[in-house]
Amino acid sequence: MDQLSLAVESSHARRQRLGERLFASATLIAAVLVLALLGGVTIALVNGAWPALARFQLGFVTRSIWNPVTEQFGALAAVYGTIITSLIAMLIAVPVSFGVAVFLTELSPRWLKRPVGVAIELLAAVPSIIFGIWGLFVLAPILQETVEPWLIGLLGPLPAIGPLFRGPPYGIGVLTAALVLAIMVLPFISSVMRDVFETVPDVLKESGYGLGATTWEVVWQVVVPHSRVGIVGGIMLGLGRALGETMAVTFVIGNAHRISSSLLAPGTTISASIANEFTEAVGSLYTSSLIALGVLLFLITFSVIAVARFMLLRLERRALSSV
Amino acid sequence: MIRALQEVDVARSARNGAGDAQAREAARAKIEVSHLDFYYGAVRALRDVSLTLPDRSITAFIGPSGCGKSTLLRVLNRMYTLYPGHRATGEVLLDGENILAQTMDVARLRFRVGMVFQKPTPFPMSVFDNVAFGVRLAQRISRPALVERVELALRDAALWDEVKDKLSQDGRSLSGGQQQRLCVARTVAVQPEVLLFDEPTAALDPISTLRIEETLQSLRERYCIAIVTHNLQQAARVSSVTAFMYLGELIEVGSTEQIFTAPKDRRTDDYVTGRFG
Repeated sequence: MDQLSLAVESSHARRQRLGERLFASATLIAAVLVLALLGGVTIALVNGAWPALARFQLGFVTRSIWNPVTEQFGALAAVYGTIITSLIAMLIAVPVSFGVAVFLTELSPRWLKRPVGVAIELLAAVPSIIFGIWGLFVLAPILQETVEPWLIGLLGPLPAIGPLFRGPPYGIGVLTAALVLAIMVLPFISSVMRDVFETVPDVLKESGYGLGATTWEVVWQVVVPHSRVGIVGGIMLGLGRALGETMAVTFVIGNAHRISSSLLAPGTTISASIANEFTEAVGSLYTSSLIALGVLLFLITFSVIAVARFMLLRLERRALSSV
Repeated sequence: MIRALQEVDVARSARNGAGDAQAREAARAKIEVSHLDFYYGAVRALRDVSLTLPDRSITAFIGPSGCGKSTLLRVLNRMYTLYPGHRATGEVLLDGENILAQTMDVARLRFRVGMVFQKPTPFPMSVFDNVAFGVRLAQRISRPALVERVELALRDAALWDEVKDKLSQDGRSLSGGQQQRLCVARTVAVQPEVLLFDEPTAALDPISTLRIEETLQSLRERYCIAIVTHNLQQAARVSSVTAFMYLGELIEVGSTEQIFTAPKDRRTDDYVTGRFG
């Protein structure tokens, strides 16, 4: 090989190496940026929340009083509202999503598959403010006039769960917020479930059918165990959204800082309180308390993700340990 | 060369076959297929297929890819009904009862007609639960009886000695050959009358293949077995009746010995001597 072509080759190799190094540093910067952003957000949050946290200490989490006039702030009502609305939403949305996913993957005639699938995806595309307006002007009156009186009459007198369904039917309240949340997270959970159900190999399902299983038995005993990791992932995705949802909940929950035994009573959530009160918060302690609420929400969603990760790890390890 | 190999195999199967011939004489028809047509949508995959499968013997289906042998197998347990647009016309009698009838309960049919697939398909559960899966679906059974049934099925599939200490392990943790025998055990555990094998060794190594074939031999005394295979020597080794299919038609069916040594149809001769397919 002559000198010239050697030189060309080495310059080409050098260019290649340079490109590689540039590419590597670009990805590194992107990755570090994410860490820096997370750190920055955390610092800003804690910094802003510090006056309130220093003033009320643990009482901020354990008290449910929220009085801007006397400047007494406790987050318990908002934390309770956040968790209870999300839990009820999941109780409703998970089984329905499961049904939707099973129908779409196993039972639906082909001509119905696409329309229902597209409808689910469109439901996910509806902005949350629309759900809020619909919840306030359409759903709440229906609940107030028919569903809630019926619930009060039917379940109110019962022991144990009775207290959950007592009191006047406001229309807006914890239950309404939970229903709206359930509708909002439904498309996310069902499309994740549908996708993981579709990854189950046909021949595995056929093996189930081949042993005389019905559709339900194949779904419950073959499809679900095969896709449980994905199912947990989908549920956690929905739960994360429900916990953080702001606009729609603010419209329909009633925004009352109190913990009521009844699900029909107004309540509040962390994000609804912040959205509702931030513009009118006077005094630094009030503002700081709202930011401290944000810190709590951050902690809650972070724990949900952590628990989900842990569950997935355990599932994977159980699958691996047997390999 | 291939011819020579086959002759060795045929000789061997002929030796095994002495007893078979008598058994075949006595064997009654378990399944009678008559004028069966099958359609994938508009595509006709089986054309006017008629044959009988004798009880207590192994019938092998051979033929080039796409000739309809797997399709035929999937008619025998109505597996095709899972998919819209797949339909069969004609008559398939299992002990005189038409399984293509609308009134046929497919779950009950599949308790009677078990199937093992090309790829091992262990369920995501323990070895024990894999084998117990179909039994629990088919009948109410006490725990001791179930334990006994699982052991019996695993012994039938020549897997018991290898897994008796790992019954609670995930079925997917077994080796490929063990998984396939697990699938055989799972199918046998339901105590069906007919066993369908759809290329059961296509994904296995030679040792595992041998194991499965031994299992087949030990099961032939009790079941009506149909096996689809691309491996002609396997057909010659394990079966007593062989059916050759081509382009959706049943070209020829006869004793394995006759199909491999004295085929009547020219296409059968070409196929078994390796001139096409």
